[in-house]
Amino acid sequence: MTLFGTIFYLLAFILVASTVLAITRRQAIHAVIYLIISFVATGMIFYLLGAPFLAALEVIVYAGAIMVLFLFIVMMLRITPSGGPRKAALAQWAPAIILGAGSLMIAAVMVFVDPATGHPLKTLRAGPAELGRFLFREYWFPVEIASFLLLIALVGTLYLGRQEKKPGKVQAKESL
Amino acid sequence: MIVPFSHVLLLALFLFLMGAACAVARRNLIMILIGVEIMLNSAALVFVGASLRWEQLDGQVLVIFILTVAAAEVAVGLALIVSSHRRTGSVNADRYNLLRG
Repeated sequence: MTLFGTIFYLLAFILVASTVLAITRRQAIHAVIYLIISFVATGMIFYLLGAPFLAALEVIVYAGAIMVLFLFIVMMLRITPSGGPRKAALAQWAPAIILGAGSLMIAAVMVFVDPATGHPLKTLRAGPAELGRFLFREYWFPVEIASFLLLIALVGTLYLGRQEKKPGKVQAKESL
Repeated sequence: MIVPFSHVLLLALFLFLMGAACAVARRNLIMILIGVEIMLNSAALVFVGASLRWEQLDGQVLVIFILTVAAAEVAVGLALIVSSHRRTGSVNADRYNLLRG
């Protein structure tokens, strides 16, 4: 096993372990903290797989911006920890477990049987300048659509986050 | 030479399943959104791996769009959570049963 392979398996272990810890926490704030570790590990795997710009973006956008947003909301809402996972009947769980195990098995078989997946990955890298040139030469139109998506998300967030008018105040104004 | 491409796919598969389990089995709305984030992250991992496997940059470009969609989704989702918390005083998904007959 090469050095890069060792680093990859180490990062994969950190990634899986922190994600398992994140999804099993009862307190949402602990889950968010473990998820930051998970996203930083993902960023390092991106760096290992030859995408240094995406590694930086992953740490800045995911581990930075999105997780800080989660932290704000968790702190703002003062959530009492809810109970563990749903205690549903086995009749409700059984179809989900059977279908999930089936799709997992099919996916594993596909991954191992397909000859294209056994190919060992080379150590290449695409620098930010190369990626940026490719992005704005070949994909300029999706970039515009993505910017529209962000604008619409901003407007929607402002609409959802505004304070609702109290009915009492409205009536008081109408009576004047 | 790093690792076979199949190991990257398996790692992403495990991550996706964990995200899906979190989104399905948890009751807290914030944990459901976290599950969706984990699923999007595993999709990004597959794209980066495939971009290296076929030595094309398209996969890395798609990861940028996945990041955009994730940011937009999280902003709108958290605003919805705050709005519904304001209405019902709870972030428990089982509490939202106003339409129950």
